[in-house]
Amino acid sequence: MIDLLDRWSVDRPLVLALFVLSLFGIALIYSAGQVYIPNPVTADAWIRQCVWFLIALIAFSMIARVPLRWIEWVAGPAYVVSVVLLAVTLVIGEGRGTATGVKSWLSIGPVGFQPAEVAKLATILALAQLLSARESALMSLRELVAPGSLVALPLALVMLQPDLGTAMAFVGILFAMLYWAATPVWLLMLVASPVLGLFLAYDTRVWSVYILFVIGFLVLYRYKLFLFESVAVVLANFATATLSGPLWNSLAPYQRNRILVYLNPEVDPRGAGYQVIQSKVAVGSGEFWGQGFTSGSQKRLDFLPEQHTDFIFSVVGEELGFVGTTLAILAFGYVLTRLVRLAARAESPFAGLVLLGIFGAWLVHIFVNIGMTVGVVPITGIPLPFVSYGGTFLLMSWVAVAIAVRVAHERA
Amino acid sequence: MSVHQHHLRAQRAMGAYVVTSLILGALVVSFFRIQVLSSEDWVLRAASNRIRTLPVPAPRGTIYDRNGEIIADNVPGYSVTVLPGPIDSVRATLARMSEHMDLPPERIEQIVARLRRFGREVVIDSDADFEVVSALEERRTDFPGIYVDMRPRRRYLLSEAGGHVTGYVGEVTASELATPTFPDSAYDAGMIVGKIGIERQYERALQGQQGIRYVEFDARGRIVGDFAGVETRPAVPGRDLYLNIDMHLQEWVHEIFPDSMSGALVALDPEDGGVLALYSAPGYDPNLFIGGIDDETWALLNNDERKPLFDRAVLGRYAPASTWKLASAGIALDLGVVTPDEVMPEPCTGSWYWGNRSWGCWNRQGHGYNNLAQAIGNSCDVYFYQLGLRVGLGRLIERSTQIGFDKRCGVDLPQESRGEFPDAPAWYERQFGYRPTEGEALNLAIGQGPNAQTPLKMAQFYVALARDGSAPAPSIARDAPVGSGWELDLAPEHIAALREGLRRVTAPGGTAHFGTALEYWDVFGKTGTGQNTLSVRGEAKDHAWFAGLAGPPGEPPEIVVVALVEYGESGGQVAAPLVAKTADFYLRRKYGIPTVQVQTYREHIMTGPVPAWYRERFPQARRVAPEPTPIPPPTLPIGSLIPRDTLPAGGR
Repeated sequence: MIDLLDRWSVDRPLVLALFVLSLFGIALIYSAGQVYIPNPVTADAWIRQCVWFLIALIAFSMIARVPLRWIEWVAGPAYVVSVVLLAVTLVIGEGRGTATGVKSWLSIGPVGFQPAEVAKLATILALAQLLSARESALMSLRELVAPGSLVALPLALVMLQPDLGTAMAFVGILFAMLYWAATPVWLLMLVASPVLGLFLAYDTRVWSVYILFVIGFLVLYRYKLFLFESVAVVLANFATATLSGPLWNSLAPYQRNRILVYLNPEVDPRGAGYQVIQSKVAVGSGEFWGQGFTSGSQKRLDFLPEQHTDFIFSVVGEELGFVGTTLAILAFGYVLTRLVRLAARAESPFAGLVLLGIFGAWLVHIFVNIGMTVGVVPITGIPLPFVSYGGTFLLMSWVAVAIAVRVAHERA
Repeated sequence: MSVHQHHLRAQRAMGAYVVTSLILGALVVSFFRIQVLSSEDWVLRAASNRIRTLPVPAPRGTIYDRNGEIIADNVPGYSVTVLPGPIDSVRATLARMSEHMDLPPERIEQIVARLRRFGREVVIDSDADFEVVSALEERRTDFPGIYVDMRPRRRYLLSEAGGHVTGYVGEVTASELATPTFPDSAYDAGMIVGKIGIERQYERALQGQQGIRYVEFDARGRIVGDFAGVETRPAVPGRDLYLNIDMHLQEWVHEIFPDSMSGALVALDPEDGGVLALYSAPGYDPNLFIGGIDDETWALLNNDERKPLFDRAVLGRYAPASTWKLASAGIALDLGVVTPDEVMPEPCTGSWYWGNRSWGCWNRQGHGYNNLAQAIGNSCDVYFYQLGLRVGLGRLIERSTQIGFDKRCGVDLPQESRGEFPDAPAWYERQFGYRPTEGEALNLAIGQGPNAQTPLKMAQFYVALARDGSAPAPSIARDAPVGSGWELDLAPEHIAALREGLRRVTAPGGTAHFGTALEYWDVFGKTGTGQNTLSVRGEAKDHAWFAGLAGPPGEPPEIVVVALVEYGESGGQVAAPLVAKTADFYLRRKYGIPTVQVQTYREHIMTGPVPAWYRERFPQARRVAPEPTPIPPPTLPIGSLIPRDTLPAGGR
C-alpha cells in the first residue's frame, strides 16, 4: 500500500505536503462560504473546488508518468502557443470573478481558463531548455538578453491585461532560473537596479546616494563587464529615475491609491485602504489561537474582501490564529525547500532549472498573497497556490507538481 | 564555471534556502506583530467594525384626563432609518428606496446633509406605512444601511378638540438641542420631543430615557442581529401624566362651539384652579404632526386666515370690557371705598358729566340709582365711573397689578401671553407720552383703556369670585407645581354682593337669562362686549364675552367658565349659552345626571314648549319669548390679523 502510494506520488514528501495543503484549501473555502447572510456562489465554492481537485489529481497521475522527452519536446511549441493565447486574450479575453476589469480569461465552451497560468509553465520549460543548453554560466548583460527576452514577451502581454501579480511571478521565474544557471548575484542585482531606482526616485537625495553606490560598484568591478554594459546600466537607472514622475502621473487614480495605501492604509480607509484594513482586523482579531474554524466574525459579516480567493489567508489568520498562520507558512516553506532540494539532487540541468522556475513562481505567489493580507505587500490580485479558490489555477498548479516530480526523478 | 558542477549547486541551493527562510520569516514576524503583539487593538477594531449602537426610543408617558381616561397614548409604528455610510452608496440606496416610498430628491439631499453633519443614523420616516415597510423588508439586500424598527407612535384621542392642550411631538431640531431645555445628557438628534402644549411643558417627565441597543452589522450595513456580548440598555418609559382636563367636557366644548366662529373657552375648577377644559377655536388635529407634517397640510394650517394654530385661550388678548367691572368692584370693596348696599350719589341718566366732558352709559335711557349688585346687573357705566373716581387711578393700577392683570397666570403651558395693563401711572408716559389724568380711572373702571386680557386670565379672576377672593394659578396637570395665585381681601358679604350682581345678569329680565337658564344649575355671570380694531371702524362686530359661575342652586359655584367669541357681538346671546352648556354638561356628569343636547331655556323653547322645570325654577319670570337670532352667521372679517385688540375698548 505504502509502496503503491510511493509509486503514484513519485515524490512522496512533496506530493503529500501539497495534497494536505489542497485539502486545507478546500476546508478554508468551505469556511469562507459560511457567512451570516448566505451567498449561493461562495457557499458552494468548496464543492466545485473538490471536483477540480479530483481532476487535478487525475492530471497529475498522468503527467507524472509521461516520458521526459515529451516534456522537453513540448516546451517550445507550448511556449509559442501560450504567447499566442496571451495575445488573443488581450483581444477577446474577459474579466471574471474577483477581477472583472482585467481581461485574463479565455472561454472554451463552458470552461474558462487563464492563458497566463499555462504561459508560466511553458515559459519555465522553454527557459529551462534555453539555459540547460549552455555550457557556461551567463557572465555578462549581453548574455542575459536572450533568456530575458524569452520571459519579457509573456510578461509584457500579462502586464497589458493588466495583471501585475502574475507579471511578478514571471519576474520570480526569471530570477530564480538565472540564479540556478549560475549567473553571478551581482549581475542579477545590476539588472534589478533600474527597477529599484524607479521606486527610490521618489526622493532625489535617496536616489542620488543610490546611483553613486551603483556607479561605484561598476567602477570597482569594471573588469567584469564590458564598458557599454556598464554605461547601459547607468543610463537605464537614469532613465527610470527620470520616468518615475511621468509614470506616476500616468497611473490611474486607483493604482496610485493602492501604492499610497500600501504606505499607509488609513489614508483611504473606506476606499483603497479598506481591503488591507479589514484583512488586518480579521487577522489581528484571530490572536494566538484563532476564533475557531468557520466562526471568524469579520469573515461571517462579509467584511473580508474576496475571502475565498485572494484573501483566503485572512480567514486562516482570523479562525486559526497565529498558530494556524505559522503552520501554514511553514508548510509552504517545506514545499519550497523541497523543490530546491530536489533541484540540488537532480541529475539533469534541465530538471534543476524547471524546479527552480516553479520555486520562483510559487515563492512570489506565496509572498505576495500572504504578505498583502497583513499589508507587507501592496494589494495585487494574486491567488495562493493550492489554497485559493480557482479551478484552473489548482489544476495548473498540480500540473506543475507533476512536471516537477517527473523531471526530478528522471535518472539520466 | 558551470551549472552542472556539484559544489556550485549545493552553494546555490543554500542561497535559495536562505532567501526562502528570510522571506517566509518576514511573513511570520508580520503575523506575530499583528496577531500577538498588537492583537488587542485589532480585536477592539473588529468589534467597533461590526457593533453599532442604535437608540431605543422610550415609550412616551401616557396622558390621562381627570377621570383616568386616555388623552394621548402610543401605538406601534414603523420607523425607517438610514445609517451613515459612504455618501455615494447612501445616495444610491435612497434613490432606489424612492421607488417604494415618497422620497423626493430634495428630501434625499436633506438626509445626506444630516448624515454628513451628525455622522449618525437619520430617521427617514418615523411613521412609515405598513406597505412601505413590507416592501423594504422584502428587498432587504437592496437597501444596505437601512433598518426598520417598531417605535411607539403618538396618538391623540382628542384630535382636534384637544390640540391646543396636548400640543404635539416632533423630531428635536438642532436649534432646540442647543438650548438648556434639551441637555446633551438626555437628548440626541433624531429624538421625538414635545414641541408645544402639555407635551412640551412636561417633556422631561413624559420623555423617559432612551435605551441603547447593540446591533451587529455585516460589511454591507445589513443588520445581522442583536449583539449577544453586551447587555442592551433598555429604554425607561416616560412617566404618565394625569391632567385636570375632563376629556369629555373638552370634546363637548368642541362640539358646541360654532364651527363658523373663532374664539376660546376656559373652564376652571374653583376648588383648586384645575383646568377642566381649555379650548381654542378653530382647533387643529395634533395627529397631523406625528411623523412629520407634510408641507401641504402645514401650509394649509399656517396660511389659514382663522389661525387654527393660535391658542386663543392663553395667547389671545382681548379687551375684557364689562367682564372687568367685577375687578373694579372687587378692588373698591377691598379698599372699602364703597359698601355693597351703598347707592352712588349721582344717578345714571344715560350719561355723566365729569371733568369738562360727558361720559356716556351704554344705555342712553339711564339706570337711575343703583347699588353695587344692581350696577353689576345693569352693567351701569355711570355707577362704575364714580366707583373708579373713588378708587383713584393710582390705587386702581396698584391693586390691579397686585391681582396680576399685567402678568401671566402661570398656567403650566410653555407659552402664555402676559395681560396688558398699566403697571404704574408712569406707564402712560412711557407708552403714550402723556401724564394720565384721573379720567383714566373712569375708563379703566368699566374695562376700557389699555387693558387686554387672555380668556384664561379672566377665568382665573372669576375663580376668585367663586371662592373667597383668592385664586390659585390654573393648572392643567393634576400635580402641577401650584403657581402663586393672588388674593382679594374680600369679606363674605362682599363676595355675596358681587355674586348677587352676577345673578341679576342671568336672572329673568337680565341680558343673559334665556341662554343661561338651566334645569338643575344656577349660572351667574357677566357679559362683555369687547371692541376691537375692526369693530371700532364699523367693519366687524364686537367680541362677545361671558364669564360665568355655575353650581347646584344655593351651593357655592363648582365650575367657572369663560367664553370669548370673536366678532360674536353679543355676550348674552352668543357667549353665555356656550358657558351655560359647558357648565351643564360638566355638572350633570359630576352628579350622575344624563347629559342632553337641549340644555338652556332658549334651546327648549326654540324646539318645543316651555319646560316644566322653568316655571319651578323661575316662578317670577314673565313668559317672554326670547329675541331671535340665537347664533349669528359667520362674520369673519377679511384680512383680520391675530386678534390682539387692546385699544380702544368699550363696555356695555
